[in-house]
Amino acid sequence: MNGAATATAMRTMTYREAVREAIRDALTRDERVFLMGEDVGHYGGCFAVTKGLLEEFGEERIRDTPLSESAFVGAGIGAAMAGMRPIVEIMTVNFSLLALDQIVNNAATILHMSGGQFNVPLVIRMTTGGGKQLAAQHSHSLEGWYAHIPGIKILTPATLEDARGMLWTALQDPDPVLIFENTLLYNMEGELPDDADAVDIDKARVRREGEHVSLITYGGSLFKTLEAARVLAEEGVEAEVVDLRTLRPLDNATILASVSRTRRAVVVDEGWRSGSISAEISARIMENAFWNLDAPVERVCSAEVPMPYARHLEQAALPQVDTIVAAARRTLGRAGGPDVDER
Amino acid sequence: MVDYLMPSLGADMKDGRVVEWHVHPGHTVHRGDVVGVVDTEKGAIEIEIWEDGVVREILVEPGRKVLVGEPLFRYQREAEAPVEPVARAEAPPVVPPAPAERREPAPPTPPPLAAAVPAPAESVRASPAARQRARELGIDLTAVQGSGPEGAVVVEDVLRHAEGVGKRVPGKLPPTTAAEGMRAAIAAAMSRSKREIPHYYLGTTVSLQKATDWLAALNRARTPDTRVLPVALTLKAVALAAREFPEMNGHWIDGAFRHSERVHAGLAISLRTGGLIAPAIHDADQKTLDALTTSVTDLVQRARSGRLRSSEITDATLTVSSLGDRGVDRLYGVIYPPQVALVGVGRPAHRPWVVEGALVVHPVIEITLSGDHRASDGHRGALFLERIGDLLQRPEEL
Repeated sequence: MNGAATATAMRTMTYREAVREAIRDALTRDERVFLMGEDVGHYGGCFAVTKGLLEEFGEERIRDTPLSESAFVGAGIGAAMAGMRPIVEIMTVNFSLLALDQIVNNAATILHMSGGQFNVPLVIRMTTGGGKQLAAQHSHSLEGWYAHIPGIKILTPATLEDARGMLWTALQDPDPVLIFENTLLYNMEGELPDDADAVDIDKARVRREGEHVSLITYGGSLFKTLEAARVLAEEGVEAEVVDLRTLRPLDNATILASVSRTRRAVVVDEGWRSGSISAEISARIMENAFWNLDAPVERVCSAEVPMPYARHLEQAALPQVDTIVAAARRTLGRAGGPDVDER
Repeated sequence: MVDYLMPSLGADMKDGRVVEWHVHPGHTVHRGDVVGVVDTEKGAIEIEIWEDGVVREILVEPGRKVLVGEPLFRYQREAEAPVEPVARAEAPPVVPPAPAERREPAPPTPPPLAAAVPAPAESVRASPAARQRARELGIDLTAVQGSGPEGAVVVEDVLRHAEGVGKRVPGKLPPTTAAEGMRAAIAAAMSRSKREIPHYYLGTTVSLQKATDWLAALNRARTPDTRVLPVALTLKAVALAAREFPEMNGHWIDGAFRHSERVHAGLAISLRTGGLIAPAIHDADQKTLDALTTSVTDLVQRARSGRLRSSEITDATLTVSSLGDRGVDRLYGVIYPPQVALVGVGRPAHRPWVVEGALVVHPVIEITLSGDHRASDGHRGALFLERIGDLLQRPEEL
């Protein structure tokens, strides 16, 4: 959210409006761009992200689809191969599993299976994450799974700037890009400069500098982590907060530089711990920065249960400010309380 | 097949750099052969093999630094069937029941020391970063108070400790010279000694009149290069006495004294570049004065050119520190762990001496004993010193 130029006027808007502005901008700049998905047109999007776009751009470019993820993602792949620049919206990451075959077996592989003849310049947007009492079929964080797949890129914009700027860069990419928008972020308000534009999609960012411990996170957990850093600062612990922004490819250099400086790392990941992106990050730290470590890498992940519906249980299952603070304290040898997660 | 591992040439050694190989794949080696040269904080050390066999594969190219315990090369034992599965030998390799043939000169038995003494850092809970930093600064982690997770030593603890003991803490990876490395090694060993060993000190004055007269007569007929050095007499006297006082000769390992049947006298040698090293003269009690003189000359020369052998670095069972003609009247040494005794020999000087009620002038030396009170008591220490003095009165028997 750092303004590009101080002289530029700033506007207050929500993350939702930033995403909408990004889509509008893409539709305006490139006539090959179109949007399709469930309820994106007449209803204005399940999370009201695309409200008003049908009226503005018409049915040719804002297309409602049947409830058939595999079919409309497959249609998006075909359109992309044929020269269009489709943006496909899937309501939640849980539903994207119905299109897993199209994403993993087609989108990610066609460039290779065709001997380099066909790129798939497709962008798929979807929501992810819990915290809104949408229960176990609408609340999971499976972006770490997708980060396992070679052939696709995985973006997790957390800030307004990234919500506004990543889409256009993703559309310029010749290969499939998946963008994960955390449900909790849509109502977040912030300031964005009038001339906000495209941003890079291959570098992590240090959102807060600190010397004692690196808190590595992405997406919806970023703001909990920044709040944890603020709490830690009151105890004299200066935490560095690294926003990964992109889970595939991971920006090793930024992660390792930060951890090598602070010698301690906490990975905050809303996914489940086992086989997660946090496990991958921890492994890379071990492989590349072992001799710079002063403490075992800590992880704060979601409890390994289907996401509960009851609010108090759901909150207990998700990474929270106090669990992040406790993990950071443990890396410093301070009393942080027991790690509630099963090791 | 057996992996030859980087040997620990002293309890404080963490790694070494391979300087050169004296063997190649296919090379037949015999027990006691020097197989290569490894550079350590104590200088370049020739490493020996303790079994007969054939070198099969060199695993580490010269110039590479490897940790203690990592494989350096692979060899096949003489008696071994060609297709036996790969086994890992301890560093240095344990000798199987001795092969029939013994070659001359008889090589020393493998040093039990290095394998038996746990490196002090191993039992310490310390972070990887702290270990790295401690290694760079030459700090013994056992001396550092930890403040990290579960009491682990972390980088800040190492730096705090380094400042406490007056070590220079450079900002980045410091270019350590050989002399600095040796300083660090001495610091670690001596700190450990004073931390762990309850020293007691005894001293006695001994007339050298008979010894110097006898030596002068012996050397008169000899050319300078074949003359016996005075230090050979004290070494031999100490070695013979040590045989009679087993509690002075051996090592304190894992809370118990382990007596050594053989007497390997460590000779403290100061280096021109600064620093000190005390390589062993094997079986000093069995050697003639001529052989001891040769050993001393050879050791001093090789210590100063940095070409000692691994067994010489690790084998000493007690140390003799002799100041020769320079220095002071007496010295109180710090025992080199895990040994349990150090005999200090001061500068010879002419002093009034009473012989049969008459005052005469004799060349005398002061001999001191630094003893480990865990292994021996002052009474035995006094008898040990007295015995050394007695032996020096009968030089012809040495």
